[in-house]
Amino acid sequence: MRHLLSMEGVERAVIEGLLDDGDEFLEVLDRPIPKVPTLRGKTVATMFFEPSTRTRLSFEKAAKSLSADTMSFSPGTSSLSKGESLKDTVLTIQAMGVDLMVVRHAATGAPWRVADWVDVPVVNGGDGAHQHPTQALLDALTIRQRFTTLDGVRVGIVGDIRHSRVARSNVWAFAALGAEVTLVAPPTLLPLDATTWPAATTSDLDDVLTELDAVYLLRVQKERGGASVFPSLAEYTARFGMTVERFNRLKPDAVVLHPGPMNRGVEISARVADDPRALVLDQVRNGVAVRMAVLYQLLGGERDE
Amino acid sequence: MNDLILEGGLVLTPDGPVTADVFVRDGIVAGLGESLGSDEATVLDCRGAWVGPGFVDVHTHLREPGEEWKEDIGSGSEAAAAGGYTAVLAMPNTDPPIDAGHLARYVADRGSEVGLVTVIPAGCVTAGRAGERLSHLDELWMAGVRVFTDDGDSVADAGLLRRAMDYLAQLGGIVAQHAIDAGLARGGHMHEGDVSSRLGMAAIPAEAESTVVARDLALVRLTGCRYHIQHVSASQTVALIAAAKAEGLPVTAEVTPHHLAFDHRVVESTDPVFKMMPPLRSPEDREALVVALRDGVIDMVATDHAPHADHEKDVPFEHAPHGVIGLEWAGAVVNTQVGLEPVAFYERLSIAPAALLGASGQGRWIEPGAPATMTVFDPEADALDHARSRSRNTPHLGRGLRGRARHTLLQGTLTHSATIVPHPS
Amino acid sequence: MERADIARALRRIAHEIMERNHGAGDIVLVGIHTRGVPLARRLADAIGEIESVEVPLGSLDIGLYRDDLASRPAPVLGHTAMPVGIDGRTIVLVDDVLFTGRTIRAALDALVDFGRPARVQLAVLVDRGHRELPIRADYVGKNLPTSFKERVTVHLEETDREEGVWIEKRAEVAL
Repeated sequence: MRHLLSMEGVERAVIEGLLDDGDEFLEVLDRPIPKVPTLRGKTVATMFFEPSTRTRLSFEKAAKSLSADTMSFSPGTSSLSKGESLKDTVLTIQAMGVDLMVVRHAATGAPWRVADWVDVPVVNGGDGAHQHPTQALLDALTIRQRFTTLDGVRVGIVGDIRHSRVARSNVWAFAALGAEVTLVAPPTLLPLDATTWPAATTSDLDDVLTELDAVYLLRVQKERGGASVFPSLAEYTARFGMTVERFNRLKPDAVVLHPGPMNRGVEISARVADDPRALVLDQVRNGVAVRMAVLYQLLGGERDE
Repeated sequence: MNDLILEGGLVLTPDGPVTADVFVRDGIVAGLGESLGSDEATVLDCRGAWVGPGFVDVHTHLREPGEEWKEDIGSGSEAAAAGGYTAVLAMPNTDPPIDAGHLARYVADRGSEVGLVTVIPAGCVTAGRAGERLSHLDELWMAGVRVFTDDGDSVADAGLLRRAMDYLAQLGGIVAQHAIDAGLARGGHMHEGDVSSRLGMAAIPAEAESTVVARDLALVRLTGCRYHIQHVSASQTVALIAAAKAEGLPVTAEVTPHHLAFDHRVVESTDPVFKMMPPLRSPEDREALVVALRDGVIDMVATDHAPHADHEKDVPFEHAPHGVIGLEWAGAVVNTQVGLEPVAFYERLSIAPAALLGASGQGRWIEPGAPATMTVFDPEADALDHARSRSRNTPHLGRGLRGRARHTLLQGTLTHSATIVPHPS
Repeated sequence: MERADIARALRRIAHEIMERNHGAGDIVLVGIHTRGVPLARRLADAIGEIESVEVPLGSLDIGLYRDDLASRPAPVLGHTAMPVGIDGRTIVLVDDVLFTGRTIRAALDALVDFGRPARVQLAVLVDRGHRELPIRADYVGKNLPTSFKERVTVHLEETDREEGVWIEKRAEVAL
């Protein structure tokens, strides 16, 4: 693995290898000194051309727990506002001496372009509505911790699938690991064409609710309510929200996940969010561990095979 | 002017292909026959190649005036000659746009100065391509403009288009429509389908094209104006064209090499070289375009040669400008991807586009008395392996295309030769 | 070495550990991945037979402490587990072969991230010499004088489904 750009087409063994390493890094994070010297002398640059505090912090924590140095780039304070091209920006940062770049960008495919331009490994930290592979890894790890495997686990991904890079990453990762994935959304938020996705689709959450082992709630982008993709937030909550009533109808061991930040009272009720079966904080913790796994794998030497 | 002998090619005459030598004197085809050897004449080896009328492109962006860092009339003419073209229709979306007579004359005059291809200016339908009021249609007509288009944008206002059609119908002009509905296309970067869905990219449905064409055909019926559909991309548009032709409407259509060569699956790479307008569509659409070109429902190939500098294309897909260059490889794409017989090949690349433009001295089968404006095309040769345009935004390199122009002649002057003229750079 | 030799050596080491530390009271056995882990378990069993105590057993993967990550693929991580706090305890690191000493250096680094042991001792099944660091073993099953170009292979039932120690010639040197 030279870069980590997408979950689409990544083989099960590769994903499982990263999750296995993620488990080991969770142990590292539990140590009295939660830090190992593995990447001493390496520099990881987080290049976030689209603001995101939590994902950047998670990558930086992962890098530091492996003793790598971090550099961060954010567009607000950068030369982008002076008209510098993306290419010149990343080449400039590379020339300062970095060993790996994490790239987040609002434009689909931007991390692929960066990977073409630079000589170091690139991790996609989220591009457009396309991919966010480390999110998929942390979510897969979180579900695996609960069920020991994803084989046969029924996962419903609920919400704005159409505009979600989280959904586009998770669907491939979950399916590769053997889960049965159902996408649940109003028709205007389902993918325009999901014929080639490894998932079923429905617009009726209540129809599938009791069969699910894990319910993955996507964040409702409140501003989209105004773009008339669904009539109102209240209607969304009524049909697709994880209310206490719906939560009580889930299988007894079913779990709820959310990539954050949550809109309490919209896609998830506050009481569900605070329930032990809501794994939101596990996801955050696992996020650091799988990102350590990714950095560890990508910064190891080239494999000969 | 030296006499020329084009030796041993398959010559496309009004009566069909014959293997013969072609004797050229004073810019005119002076004779056809065997062993026309002459001590003074320059002999061009045409064995294994087709000798037919020069290619005519009805859709070229030469970028002059205003965007000469991408291309100018000199570099564009060179690319055209290298691709086997002897005439090009220069699109008017320059800066300033060609919406008045003096601007059209400038483009034509610059083309003559360069002298490698006949540069025919197209004019805007609306002033400044702003879609608000008609351009100086009369003045443009007087300057020799026959094709009117706001290419780069559709003429969206049906009332305005109707007035343009009324006006041009009476003059005998042609409206060429870049048929893409701005509303349906808004924010889109690629074809709407399973690939855009997986990429999460905002997309442009095929209906963005077909709805405009359907509306325009009603206006053609109303006004009787000649109507040309640029860069057809969707099978549903092909169906509309077939029906319009069956009805007898004065309609023609073009397809680009890239829409014949690729479908939207290549966009999965998010490589901006595959970003164009209209977008590459589904495999079924591509197949329909190939069939329509074979059957003649689509009359001609047009390159939509759209140069962009490296720094403009070397950005994320969504930030890149639309367009690819194509003059150098149109013949090779048609030869490789469509596989036409020589007669049909020259009909689509020369005869039909020349007829659309009414370009004198272009698009004539080879016979004594015809102008020596010819393209010798070698269908077995490897395609040109580098761009001759000032820009390099092409998806056609390195794909094993076969066929290239061995010699290009404009009124008896060799404007390109793969075997004689050394590479200019 | 054959199966019986290995068993004998481990029994002897178990006795030595007890003797040197006046019983098993403070001892934590920590096996270094991969084959140190089953060896540590066997030592724990042997000590248990002698004194009927259960010696705490840990495992340590030193992959994250290697000094050569950039020059080789990231190794698959083994499981690290410290069953008890190690502050003030006597840690006996257990590995199969002591060679250059770099693995033990990494293990010592790893260990101090878990706390501050009173002392650290080292038990190995085979010491083959060629140290590159100032490290020595406290308990050795067998000293095997080797040339640098030879390879020492230890196979254990738990990891390899066979048991024995072999010396092989090899063409190129790889750690």
